[in-house]
Amino acid sequence: MEKLRVNPVACAGHGACAELLPELITLDEWGYPIVADQPVPHGLRRAARRAVSSCPALALALSRVA
Amino acid sequence: MTGITSTTALWYASRATGVVTMLLLTAVLLLGILVNRQGRIPGLPSFAVTGLHRNVSLLAVAFLAIHVITAIVDPYVTIGLAAAVFPFVAGYRPFWLGLGAISLDLIAALMVTSLARARMSRRAWRGIHWLAYAAWPLAVVHSLGSSSDARGGLVLGVLAGCVLAVAAALAWRLSRAAREIPRAARAAAILSHMSARKADLR
Amino acid sequence: MTDSLTLPPAAPAPGAARPPGLPRLLPAAGAVPVDLRAHLARHGPLRHAGGPGRLVAEVAAAGLTGRGGAAFPLARKLAAAAEARPAPLVAGNGAEGEPASSKDGSLLWISPHLVLDGLQLAAEAAGSRTAVLYVRRNQRLHGRLAQAIAERAAAGIDAARVDLVPAPDRFLAGEESALVTRLTGKPARPAYRPVRGLPRLAPGRTALVQNVETLAHLALIARYGAAWFRLAGTEAEPGSMLATLHLADGRTSVTEVPLGIGLADLLGLDPRAADPGGDSVPSAGGPVRAVLVGGYHGVWLPPAEAARLPLANAALRPLGAAVGAGVVAALPAGRCGLAETARVARYLALESAGQCGPCFNGLPRIAAALDHLAGPRPGQRARADLERWAGLVAGRGACHHPDGSVRFIRSALRVFAAEAGLHDRGRCTGTGPEPFLPLPAGRPASDADWS
Repeated sequence: MEKLRVNPVACAGHGACAELLPELITLDEWGYPIVADQPVPHGLRRAARRAVSSCPALALALSRVA
Repeated sequence: MTGITSTTALWYASRATGVVTMLLLTAVLLLGILVNRQGRIPGLPSFAVTGLHRNVSLLAVAFLAIHVITAIVDPYVTIGLAAAVFPFVAGYRPFWLGLGAISLDLIAALMVTSLARARMSRRAWRGIHWLAYAAWPLAVVHSLGSSSDARGGLVLGVLAGCVLAVAAALAWRLSRAAREIPRAARAAAILSHMSARKADLR
Repeated sequence: MTDSLTLPPAAPAPGAARPPGLPRLLPAAGAVPVDLRAHLARHGPLRHAGGPGRLVAEVAAAGLTGRGGAAFPLARKLAAAAEARPAPLVAGNGAEGEPASSKDGSLLWISPHLVLDGLQLAAEAAGSRTAVLYVRRNQRLHGRLAQAIAERAAAGIDAARVDLVPAPDRFLAGEESALVTRLTGKPARPAYRPVRGLPRLAPGRTALVQNVETLAHLALIARYGAAWFRLAGTEAEPGSMLATLHLADGRTSVTEVPLGIGLADLLGLDPRAADPGGDSVPSAGGPVRAVLVGGYHGVWLPPAEAARLPLANAALRPLGAAVGAGVVAALPAGRCGLAETARVARYLALESAGQCGPCFNGLPRIAAALDHLAGPRPGQRARADLERWAGLVAGRGACHHPDGSVRFIRSALRVFAAEAGLHDRGRCTGTGPEPFLPLPAGRPASDADWS
């Protein structure tokens, strides 16, 4: 089980993550990501990895959750 | 008829792919500046800028590989495999080719670290990525001195265009960075903005 | 650095008889600074009986928790520090960024040797030969502490070297990750910490950070034991604490009180003498409109409710409040609670480190909306916007600044709901423009202000 986490200090509101994974990430009115707190469903894992590697600020990460 | 022998073909291929690689490397650098400043390409979503930067860099490396291999295989000039990565050991124009070798080494470092990005610290990755600003000018100078092509005409024009494009992009990047509000003043700037817009809150 | 050092008097709480065995951290008679000779005469030398392992067990039995606001059990942190390899850097946190709090500054000025003893004990438990004392920028205070450290070095009583590090005059300067960042030489901004445990100082190195008051209690537990420590306080929250009191008449004092003491005793609140139709309760400083517990990340409470509560997390947490760093303020009648909160909200917004989008975007907007609500006829939009922004901001920063600020502001909207109703009709109970809650002047503008 993995969860998406945003490093809010590194995040600059680029928005690529929300474009690639709209099921789990939406943008607030200032362009910063609101990440769903649930584990990433199996079918979205590939898209989640793509979103993580697309972040130009390296602010998105997938972390293992027990 | 004087045929184009295979050796001449290889030599032409190396020079041609060299020019294409130079164009692609320039595109990668321009896209990299765009990614860093969170710029957008009109009509494309924001993930496209990062995606293009990555894909064009893969294409550039592919053409770079062909450029180097054709130069090595071609028997017309003595350029061995070692000359591709060790500077200044080639039998042909060693200085100019040497600069190309250094540029290739730096590009290899960029590639490897970018593929292993998730396993590195952000600081280390960023530090190595700055080497792009060394790799590109080395490639330009290598292009100027490696063959007689760059003496005039189309190739020189292409190189000049690349240099102008990068200069313009750098100027844009620096001006954007200079106008950025420092972190300590961000909240204050928004507070002033809100006070100015006081009427809107009613 | 500022030259002047104004500390409120150390005085007993107005409503309580002097509790037995107190004060422990401050001298019994007045606020005269205690030098090394007087300190050793009162408490004797620091006994390292049994070594650091026994000390951690004693601290666990005593139940000492952090006095910086988080109230984390010290024994667990010390145990983690003892196991960490290499030995963590030990830091005493005396930054005291909360403008309404003066307890750490007072403790450092009056009883520095208790803090320095505690710092040595923590360093010994962690296995470290160096320690740092991180103190708010003030020439006189730093001079006094440097002198105390030199006194001890001359007497040869310290095993670990102590370095004085100045903290910038920012609200967040004392935040744990901001302190650690400052120790690495960078401006004191909070850092993103996804992993719990001892904060990371550098690759492979951690830090043990403790509030200076916690260290002072540690120094006494080492001498007098866990049973002695538990003579004050409650079963669940043992010991005493330094509280900064702001009475309704403007008097401020630093007082050492047992945990669990009634807020009524602290402020001299007398709800039975209150006018049944009115909205204020008499106190030692005059009629009180509301009580603020926990400082500017704390919570406003109606005075009658506050009068029934003790200064203890067991009673305060269910109400969304906490003891925090022991700041208790009584807002006098005749002051508009919304206006006071709006001023503080503005300060909190400007003190954002400017790193996390939701924080530096949301807090200024919330402050501006609250400014509206503090004025006449604010209209519906300001309130709706404020609620929306508060929901967007909480929990989305690297530190708890946005969360704490929103908690404080939401409690104001609850407690001062009647006031808000008056403002809608163009009226206000505030009779004077002078501000009540203390706030520093000036605002940060560049990295230098965070260094």
